[in-house]
Formats: sequence, structure tokens, C-alpha cells
Amino acid sequence: MIYLDANASEPLCPEAWDAAVAAMEMGGNPSSVHQAGRRARKLLEAARERVARFVNARPADVIFCGGATEANAMAIHALGQGRPLLIGATEHDSIRAAALGATPIPVLATGQADMTELKALLARQPYALVCLMAANNETGVLHDIEMAGKICADAGAVLHVDAVQAVGRVNRDWLALGATSFSLSGHKFGAPTGAGALVTRPGLEINALFRGGGQEGGRRGGTPALPAIVGLAAALGRAYRVDQITAWRDEIEEFCVSCGARVVGAGAPRLPNTACLALPGVRAETQLIVLDMAGICVSSGAACSSGKVAASHVLLAMGLGDLAGQAIRVSLPWNTDEHMVRTFQSAYAAMAARALQ
Amino acid sequence: MSGGVDSSVVAGLMAREGHEVIGVTLQLYDHGEAVGRKGACCAGQDIHDAKRVADRLGIAHYVIDSEARFRQSVISAFADAYADGQTPVPCIACNQHLKFGDLLEMAQGLGADALATGHYVRRIETQAGVELHKAIDEARDQSWFLFATTQEQLDYCRFPLGEYASKAEVRALATEMGLAVAEKPDSQDICFVPSGSYAKIVETFRPDALEQGEVVTENGRILGYHQGIARYTIGQAKRLPDKAAHMVVKAIEPGSRRIIVGPRGAQSKSVKLRDVNWLTSPRALRAGVKLRARDNLHDSYIYPDGRGAVLELDEPAIAAPGQAAVFYGGSRVLGGGFIV
Repeated sequence: MIYLDANASEPLCPEAWDAAVAAMEMGGNPSSVHQAGRRARKLLEAARERVARFVNARPADVIFCGGATEANAMAIHALGQGRPLLIGATEHDSIRAAALGATPIPVLATGQADMTELKALLARQPYALVCLMAANNETGVLHDIEMAGKICADAGAVLHVDAVQAVGRVNRDWLALGATSFSLSGHKFGAPTGAGALVTRPGLEINALFRGGGQEGGRRGGTPALPAIVGLAAALGRAYRVDQITAWRDEIEEFCVSCGARVVGAGAPRLPNTACLALPGVRAETQLIVLDMAGICVSSGAACSSGKVAASHVLLAMGLGDLAGQAIRVSLPWNTDEHMVRTFQSAYAAMAARALQ
Repeated sequence: MSGGVDSSVVAGLMAREGHEVIGVTLQLYDHGEAVGRKGACCAGQDIHDAKRVADRLGIAHYVIDSEARFRQSVISAFADAYADGQTPVPCIACNQHLKFGDLLEMAQGLGADALATGHYVRRIETQAGVELHKAIDEARDQSWFLFATTQEQLDYCRFPLGEYASKAEVRALATEMGLAVAEKPDSQDICFVPSGSYAKIVETFRPDALEQGEVVTENGRILGYHQGIARYTIGQAKRLPDKAAHMVVKAIEPGSRRIIVGPRGAQSKSVKLRDVNWLTSPRALRAGVKLRARDNLHDSYIYPDGRGAVLELDEPAIAAPGQAAVFYGGSRVLGGGFIV
């Protein structure tokens, strides 16, 4: 099996594995007052400090939670009170579903948010909560968060950044760029699934989605998933082979274009590992199944839990029309090697030749 | 794989024979929308069941989004037919456009050797070619619904369930294979109308088919009013005004929204068919004809007429426009068409 679906979940890295296993062996609940509890708490707070240092925030402003869907919902729940909502047209479902009735911020054909439109929208509703993703999960396209931050600051709006796909691959100081809060998820950079974080500006008050036993400073109830959290902290800041991954991604794109593919979002700055490849006239499902039967794992659109692949709202928002149902996403994991790239290329060539014959 | 027992057993049989099996579920409509529960999963239990069966069998499984196609080719066509005074058979349209249309095309695109389904019919290979036959279990036979399957499609398809003597045998196989769906109840008549009220669907797509109109005799006397032509089919006696007691619907006029009633009996002997699919060489012949899904055979003379055909029934019978007339020579399906 060749796994090229890192944007769905990165393979577990050894640092995260070791940390998570150690925490599982140790056990204990960080809220307990006895020594086992103190030991667990020490691990939890060390993880928090490590994350804070890495993202240039204060430990007190790092809220651990179950993952980015929860972090995004928490941000919108807390920051969206009484504010109009503006969200990028290509946001992830975790934002779209939490911000029902939000006004979409259109994207350009490149997939990048249209900043002129954002300005115009904010001129009408200056105190909005704006949600923009740092990097798109399907295309890898990066929004200009720095510019969005300035526009929001000028208007008096607040900005929440879904940085899930960017953290670990394209690291920036999101708070310094103007984000009021941002979300991250451990399994998108090599940690186990089940832990993420919402990071906020210093002292920002966050109204809990569920209060429970008052964990995380009363901002997120429930016993923290310690093994996943220490895994997250251990994976963060791990070296990432940007140049090598970018080079392989570019090779894949060039190769697939020679087989008849079109690269979606090619004109925009993008994540190093993501290639969104449309094969005109060939259903995405067919491409995906043929590649899967050949032992290659890629994805298409945003699959819902049923596994149904719908035409991608991201690609539709970019104006791709029918092509929106004909694109697959190849996202290289941190442990990609030459063999994986070549195997994919030959499988893609065979698939395209058969489909286009 | 619908998530029901039949297609699950077919997947199991194919895997047991040693084939490389790809399970496919067509997502035909939004389940949450159909049951009217906001926020319900779009897929519902059936897709979950199909996935669990595939897991159990150790085969690949995919869900294909066919909502747009189903809406257009089946649901919307269903409402249009009612608005046109006909009595449609959506399962035939679904077989034609979704299962033996898009799905078959996808199977070929994947390089599969055959498409196996859970239909209760038999496919018999002879020297002269592949024939379509009724299922061994007549009570389960679905050949009437598959009359529109073309010769090319038939060549590519496999219908293993047609060989079994009863559903009980199929359920026993499911149990033997360890499939959790072995005791799952049979599906309903029209899958996209879970509440059994198709009027709601018609109302959504063709509200004009549920507007009031007159119920009249054959010579134009008004006997009362009806609440929409979509609620009626030829030969129906229910839902007619009191003055039309003991009468049945003889004709439905979509333009004037009139329903014409008359005494029972006095049915027609000559029936015109459109879009006829021949599974033998098209020619004038005598055969038994089924005019509804559950119907006795009517002996008839059949002759081709362009892309259609004409039936000359030995004994008059009720023939509702939109329903299928399927020709049988013994257990073999010789062809069929839609009643005009």
C-alpha cells in the first residue's frame, strides 16, 4: 500500500509514538490531587508549554481539545457571539457547519480569498468574525493571512484562522499576523488522532462549549486525552523536509500533466505536499477506485462519513464547474520516498491512459 | 450493494467463487432529507450496513454519489409521469439509468469482467446468446422490472439469486456467511418514498398534478371532483366520488385535469407500447404478457411497430399507461415496452 493522503491524516511519527506510549503506560488523570495525578498534570503542562513556545503564544492561551473540528466550533461559538460571520468560500466543513448562515468570502480562480471582496464585506459589517483557513485541505492553496489580518484589524473585525493543514508544513506566527485565534490538529502533523488545540491572543476569554469539570481553565470540560496531547507536542517542531517534498510534488504534477491532468490552484502559493489533479471527463470516484485497486491511497473532494464523494465545494467555488467532480488530491506524507512517488506515477499513467482511451 | 440481504449475499457468493470483488453502493437520495430529519446523516443505516458486509467479506467498497442522476432520471420523471396522467414504475427507470446505466459504465471503466446484482432473475447462456428468464422463485421474480435490460447489458451482468428456490435460502446463506444483515426486513416498494405517500414527492416536483379537477362519465356528465390526477391510475375504483360508486377510472386527461370513469369491464383488447426492448429478434409473435408487476399472463398477439409495438390481447384487460407490458415465452423474457 502506498499512502498519499497526508491531508486526511499524516502517518504517526516516532517522536509522537514514543511520547504517547509513555503517557499510556504512565496513566493517571491530570485533575487528580494525588501523585499519579500530579505526574499526569506535569506532562500535560509540559506539552502545553512546548506547544506555546512553538506557536509563539502564552501557555495559558493554548486550549487542548479533541481536534480541529472542536477547536473551530469553540472559536466560532465564543468569538461569533453578536457578530456577523464571514467565512471563506473554500473553508472546511468544520467551519461551514459551525457558522451556519455566514456570508461567504469569494475566492479568486487561483483559490485565494478575494481581499477586495473581504474589504467590501467588512465595510458593511465591520465588527464581523472572519474565518479563513491558512491552507486549503483539497488544493493546498494558502490564503494571505497577513493581509487578511490587516484588513480585519483596520475594520475592527476579529479573525479566526483554521491552520490545520499549515501547522508542521508552513509554519507562521499566526497571532502576530493578525489572528485572534487559530486551530491546529495533532494528526495532521504526525501525532495520534484525538487531540488538537485552539490558541488565542493573550487573555482572550473563551466561553466553553461544554463546561464539565472545568478543565482547561474552564474553557473545555472533559478529561484531556493525555497520550494524544503529549504526542501532539512531541510531533510539533519536528523537522519537515520542505524542499524534498516540494520537489516530489512538482515532479508528480509535471508527470500527471503530461498524462492529461490539470493542476488546480497552480497559480497560487501552496502547501509543499499537496497536488490537486483534475482529469477532464473522468469521474473522481473512478480515478480513486482504480488507484485504490492498484494499492494507492489518495482522496477526492471531501468525503463525508458515509464515504460518499460529492463534487467539491472548494473547486466549485474556484469556478471549475464539471472539473470539480473530476479531481483527486495527492498529499505527500512526511515519510514519502522515491519509490512511492514513482509507483504513484506509473499507476496514474495507466489509470489516465485507460480512462482517456 | 444496497445494504440489504440480497446484494450482500451476491457479493459474498462472488467472493467465495474467488473473484476480485468491488462492492459499490449507489447513494441515490439524501436519507436525512427523505425521512425529514434535519441534520440526519445523508447516508442512513443502509450504507453503514453495506460497508460492514464488505468488511466482513474482506472486499473493497465504495459509495458513489448518484443523487443528481436519480433525482432527474427517476424522481422527477416519476412526478412528470403522474402529471401526464400515467402510472410510472420508478424501479424500471432506476434499473435502466442508474444500475444498468451509470453503474455498469463505471464497472466497465474500472476494467471489471462483469456486474453482479441482487435481482431475482436468471441469465441463461445458450448457443444463440444470453437469455433473460424469470427467477426460480416466482414469488420473488423481478424479470418484469428488468425487461428494459438490453442484450449488451445482459451479456455483462450476473444474477446469481435467480437460481435460488426461496428467499429463506438466501437468508440462510447470509447467516452462513456471517452477515449481520441476514434478518434485515425486505425493502419497501418505492425506496425514495419511505412514508409510503408518493403524493408528497409529486407535490414537490409537479404541484399541478395535485390540483382539483372534475370526475366525469364518458359522455361528459360531472359526477364530482378529485384532488389531483396523480392520485389515480387506470382501473382504480378507490377515491372516486359517491356518485361514481361501482365505476373505475377509464382515462386521465392531464390537460383538462379530468378523470373519466365508467363501468367495470369493457376493457380494451388492443394496447399500444412505446420504447420496446426486444430480447429476441423483433417479429410478430404470440406470447404471454404481464401488464403489471403482479399480474397473470395474458395471451396475446404482438407485432412490432417502429420503436414500439402493438398488443392484440385474446381477452380484454386493464392496461395503465406508464406501466410495462412484458412478453414471456415460458420463463424467458422476450421483450417488453411501456404502455401508451
